[in-house]
Amino acid sequence: MEFRPSALLRVAAPLRSLAQRFMYVGLIVLSFGLMLVGKIDVVLIDHLRAEVTNVAAPVLAALSRPASSISNGLENIRGLMYLREENARLLEENTKLKQWVYVARRLHTENTALQGLLHSVADPKPKFVTARIIAGTMGSISNTFVINAGSEDGVGKGQPVLSDKGFVGRIVAVSKNSARILLATDINSRIPVILESTRTRALMVGGNMERPKLIHLPPGAQITPSERIVTSGHGGVFPPGLPVGLVASVNDVSVEVQLFTDYHLIEFVRIADFGVNGIVDLLSLRNKVGGSASKEK
Amino acid sequence: MSTIVWQKVDQKVKETIPFLFTFMLVLISIIPIRVPGYAEIAPVFPLISIYHWAIYRPTLLPLWAVFILGILYDLLSGVPLGLYILVFLSVYGIVVSQRRFIMGKSFLVYWLGYGIIALGAALESWFVASVWYASLLNFQPIFFQYLLSFGIFPIVAWISLRLQQTFFRQESDASGQ
Repeated sequence: MEFRPSALLRVAAPLRSLAQRFMYVGLIVLSFGLMLVGKIDVVLIDHLRAEVTNVAAPVLAALSRPASSISNGLENIRGLMYLREENARLLEENTKLKQWVYVARRLHTENTALQGLLHSVADPKPKFVTARIIAGTMGSISNTFVINAGSEDGVGKGQPVLSDKGFVGRIVAVSKNSARILLATDINSRIPVILESTRTRALMVGGNMERPKLIHLPPGAQITPSERIVTSGHGGVFPPGLPVGLVASVNDVSVEVQLFTDYHLIEFVRIADFGVNGIVDLLSLRNKVGGSASKEK
Repeated sequence: MSTIVWQKVDQKVKETIPFLFTFMLVLISIIPIRVPGYAEIAPVFPLISIYHWAIYRPTLLPLWAVFILGILYDLLSGVPLGLYILVFLSVYGIVVSQRRFIMGKSFLVYWLGYGIIALGAALESWFVASVWYASLLNFQPIFFQYLLSFGIFPIVAWISLRLQQTFFRQESDASGQ
C-alpha cells in the first residue's frame, strides 16, 4: 500500500516534533523544579510520598511475600551448610548466657529493691506495633524502608523502630496503612547516642554508607573499639537505652559504628511508642522557656 | 460495527502493556530481597524496559509515561523527588534520538548500547544526588548496581522482546518509520 502524506500532515509533522521537543525540555525543567521543591518544602513532598506509597502498599505487600519466601529458602540452604558450626557456636553461647541469667536475676532484684528505696520514677513502658517491611532501598542515594502499618495501627511520625537486635531507624512519614522508616545509615539520620560504659555523649550521623559515624564527641573523649552504643534520650527525641551498635573503628578523622541490626536480613520490625514523638517541637520548647516563670504555679 | 469498537478497545488495552510492565519493574526494584549485600546494589529495573521501548516502540511508551514512571519510582523508593524523572527522561531522550543506530542490529549491540547508556545514567544519578545532598556520595555501590543491571539486562530485555512480539507483532512497521 502506498502511503502519501496529505498536505495537512506535511505541515503537522514538523510542528508535532517541535511540540514534542518543547514537551521534552519542559519535563526536564519540571523535574529540576520538583527537586527544588523537595529542598524547600520537605513536608509537602513527604506527604505526597506517603500517600502514593499508601496506594501502592497492598501491591508491594503482596509482591514482597513470594520474595521473602525465596530469600527464606536461600537462608535455609545456607543454614544447612553451616549447621555443625552453628550448633557448636550456639552451645557455647548458651552456657555463657546461662551465667548471665543468674547475674541478671540478681541485678534485677537488687535494682527493684533500690528503686523502691529511692522512689525512683520508672521509664515509661512502650507500646509496640509489629510490622512487615514491604519495600525499601539502601545504598548511596537513599536508605529507607516501607512498612505495612500506618496511623490506623498507631504508628506515628518520629517513633523509634527496633528489630530483635536493636535500633533500626525512625518513622519519617505516615499514612493510613503504611509508613516510611529512615534508617540510621541514611544521610538525613541524626541519633543522639551515648557510649554505654564511659557515658560519653555523641551524635550518630548517617552518610549513606554502611556504617554511621559519631560526631560532636567531647574533646579528649576516650573511645575504644567494640564499646556498646545506646540511645541517650537527650533532646527527648528517643527514649534512653535502646541498643544501637558497637564502635567499629576509631581513627583520627572518624569513629564508625557497626549497628546491631543487619538491614539485609530483617523482615519484621517493632515500632515503639514511648510517648515521646521523636521530633524536637521547637514551638512548645519556646513556650516552655517563655513560660518557665509561670510554671511554678 | 461493534467489532471495530472492540478492536479499538483491545488496541488501547494492549497499548498500556509497556507502561504496566515498566511499572511492575519499578515495584520489583524496591521489594526487599534479603540476600546479604543485594539491597545496596539492587538494579533500577525500569531503566532496562525504558531503554527497550525507546528503541523499538517509542510510541508505546510516550514521554509523559516515562515522566510518570519517574515520579512513581522517586516517590516509592524514597530518593529525592525529581532525580529518577531526570535520569529516565535523559535515557529516553538519548535513546530515541539514537534508536536507528541500534535497531535491527545484533543482540550484542543492543546489550552494549545499554551498557553505555546505563553507565551514563549511573553517573548522572550519582552526580545529581551529590549536588542535591550537597555532599559527595559514595559512587561504589552505584557502580556495582550498574554492573549487576548490565548482567541482568538480557533477562528483562528478553521478556520485553517477548511482550513486544506477542502483542505488537501485527503493526511491526507502523512506528518503524
